[in-house]
Amino acid sequence: MKSSSRSLGLGLLLLLLAAFPLVAPLFGLDFYIGFVRRVLVVALAAASLNFILGFGGMVALGHAGFIGMGAYTVVALSDAGVVSAWVMWPAAALVAGLVAALIGTVALRTRGVYFIMTTLAFAQMLYFVVVSLRRYGGDDGYTLMSRPGLLPGLDLGNESNFYWVVLVIVALALWWLHRATQSRFGHALMGIRDNETRMRALGYPVFKLQLVAFAIAGAIAGLAGALLAGGNGFVSPATMHWTQSATLLVMVVIGGLGRSWGGPVGAVVWLVLEEALKQHTEHWHMPLGLLLIAVALWAPKGLAALYRRRLPLTPTLSPEGRGSKATP
Amino acid sequence: MSGILVLEQLLNGLGYGLMLFLLAAGLTLVFGIMDVLNLAHGSLFMSGAYVAAEAHTRTGSFTAAIVIAVAVTVVVALLLEVLLMRRLYTRDHLAQVLATFGVILVADDIVKMAWGPSPVMAPTPAALSGPIELVDGLPYPSYRLVILAGGLLVALALYLLVNHTRIGMRVRAGASDRPMAELMGVRVGRIFNGVFLLGAALAALAGALMGPIVAVQVGMGEAILIPALVVLVIGGIGSVRGAFVAALMVGVVDTIGRAFVPMLLRATLPPATAADLGPLFAEVAMYALMVIVLIFRPSGLFSARS
Repeated sequence: MKSSSRSLGLGLLLLLLAAFPLVAPLFGLDFYIGFVRRVLVVALAAASLNFILGFGGMVALGHAGFIGMGAYTVVALSDAGVVSAWVMWPAAALVAGLVAALIGTVALRTRGVYFIMTTLAFAQMLYFVVVSLRRYGGDDGYTLMSRPGLLPGLDLGNESNFYWVVLVIVALALWWLHRATQSRFGHALMGIRDNETRMRALGYPVFKLQLVAFAIAGAIAGLAGALLAGGNGFVSPATMHWTQSATLLVMVVIGGLGRSWGGPVGAVVWLVLEEALKQHTEHWHMPLGLLLIAVALWAPKGLAALYRRRLPLTPTLSPEGRGSKATP
Repeated sequence: MSGILVLEQLLNGLGYGLMLFLLAAGLTLVFGIMDVLNLAHGSLFMSGAYVAAEAHTRTGSFTAAIVIAVAVTVVVALLLEVLLMRRLYTRDHLAQVLATFGVILVADDIVKMAWGPSPVMAPTPAALSGPIELVDGLPYPSYRLVILAGGLLVALALYLLVNHTRIGMRVRAGASDRPMAELMGVRVGRIFNGVFLLGAALAALAGALMGPIVAVQVGMGEAILIPALVVLVIGGIGSVRGAFVAALMVGVVDTIGRAFVPMLLRATLPPATAADLGPLFAEVAMYALMVIVLIFRPSGLFSARS
């Protein structure tokens, strides 16, 4: 697709999304404003995972931990009386990014399944840390007093206003992530994914590059967590459960590993299906599970790969990649 | 802190460790030989627990319940292997994680349809419901002793099977160097079928034994899966011996975290802080152990392929 028609399509999509809160009430769909906002935020989280998973070849199974770190940073600040989003959101990204950098320092020493398990172990530890924080509700979660304040005169308690703020942030963050994958840094990352040994031989600081990517992905996931917390007005450890990390992984693969739209497409497909199935049956897990098996067996490159067939496919994870078939 | 208490907690830790071993043994064999990461292993554990609870209530016999649970789960595993696992052998770990995570979702819903969303009552066998005075002043539930004995017996049998039989030799050969083993005429694929079913049987046995002391509920497979994977990774993938050592380590460390650390905290810290930190140590101990081991040995204690 030509870049001009592509930007046109993107602009149209943004316009449609921006118009949604204005149009939805006309059709009695007010409820879905919150739903679409949640989809946007999860799409950002999935895109951040795709950044390290699809582009970096790092199969991390603890991404929900970073989302939780962001959400609980908001909780901690809110509990301490901070209300400004200008403080809360950057702080959430910073805390999650720092935690990711620390975890990455240890986890990136391991290979293959050991990497999957180390990231999972750290996420589990974070999960139990917040469960034990009774000040912030422990197991029961924490209800935020109010929506954060952004600009004087802009009431984020208003559902539409909050939606638009989220839309702007998500769009900017996705655009930035896309740019990052196109940069020299992004290309080096993909080079490491495809052949780590070669990149090392070429003199690239493999560990450093991977660590930076890991921290960036963690920071963006933390930002997503902060937006989720602000939107729901409630945070609970359930956001950080390992099955949430697995679900994010699933979204990325369904959407398309290492494709700029993979994360968002997967998040939209998964969440919309989940929502639609929930309305029809109590047993909505089963169809999702079957879909997952089908994707794993027959569409391993994800849905984004079905579209744009003509372009050369992104290489799959290399034998040396983290979490691939290679023996450690 | 009295010696009796230490002994009692140690026994609890060993019991938990042995149950983890039953799960991790099957997982590590499958993983070690076929390089298949099966997240649905916990679902087989759940199957064992549910079927045993149901069979025990209907037949009134604990032994029959265990036999039925293992048999039913092996049949389920056979179906799973033929319909799905076979197609995953040659795929990367990501595809395996994805597909078997899908199996978890399906399995949980099937159980929910059959038994409903609330936990099921798994009766303790009447003959084993009372305590036994192990040493003076330590009455220990006899059912837990049976679990201990059962776990040890299975571990021993498995050790003999893997280390002292021809089949075991082939299994080990397949785990340490698959292409070479195949070149030497070992039909690794066929061995895997057997190993997968054996693993399922062990998982079902663990589920059937654990049923009466844990909540038999939807999601119990996911809850136990992670500790089993931790055991696998600490022990080194593909090593049954590693799984055994790691399982006992995790069992004991878990107990220390749950029983002794909170006690120590209560003795040294203000009560409120201790009450906050206690449960944290209990849950985190096992993961901390794993991270520490991996820092020093990035492929586990006894990796079969290092």
